[in-house]
Amino acid sequence: MEIKYQMKDNKMEAMLKGEFDEYTAEYVRLSLDTIIKDISCINNPQLILDFSLVSFMDSTGIGVLLGRYNKFKKNNIEMFIKNPQNHVDRILKMTGIYDIMPKIS
Amino acid sequence: MEEFENYFKMTIDAKLINEGFVRSMVAAFCVQLNPSVSEISDIKTAVSEAVTNCIVHGYSGKKGCIDVLVGLRDSTIYIKISDAGIGIDDIEKARQPFFTTKAKEERSGMGFTLMESFMDTLKVYNNQNGGVTVEMSKEIKV
Repeated sequence: MEIKYQMKDNKMEAMLKGEFDEYTAEYVRLSLDTIIKDISCINNPQLILDFSLVSFMDSTGIGVLLGRYNKFKKNNIEMFIKNPQNHVDRILKMTGIYDIMPKIS
Repeated sequence: MEEFENYFKMTIDAKLINEGFVRSMVAAFCVQLNPSVSEISDIKTAVSEAVTNCIVHGYSGKKGCIDVLVGLRDSTIYIKISDAGIGIDDIEKARQPFFTTKAKEERSGMGFTLMESFMDTLKVYNNQNGGVTVEMSKEIKV
């Protein structure tokens, strides 16, 4: 798993690339926490998680996403999930993640 | 093993780095049934959930090993994954969506739910000598 991020039109966009499972979860957790803290000081902070290159995800990924939401909801950060692959999309849909992190393309 | 047309068995160290290896091995073995991309993804996710359970819950990070058996019969794949860890107190409860004993660790509690959704059958039981076995199967549609 590799995460690269950059500001685009006042929004932070993080590109996740690789497999998102228990083995990579800690890296994703720490990386996203750093990114979220970085943007917490700007107005209406938005974080777009580009999932187009996430080739695998299981329920561990869901736990990490829920964890980020719970940890940072008081900071009013809006999070979105962009272009997940079909299988990952199914898991995100089934577990209701899109209710808190809407899907965009 | 006579009941299977073909099978493989392996024992692997209960280490997180091995998760990807186990699911790729199982997926590679299933290729002989010509599964669709979506069926392969379903199987990989289910295997990953079962192996994560062994490492995170069964052994809680302690040393141990995981036994994997994959068999094929009549276009159906049978997967058995066992550990010798602490076992599960209440299996019925553990199988409920969003139930987790490790909420503080940001667990989703969706592991068994995903296994159940992505496979045709799922059986979970505590072994007589300790640990848990998960048995699941999926028919590969022609």
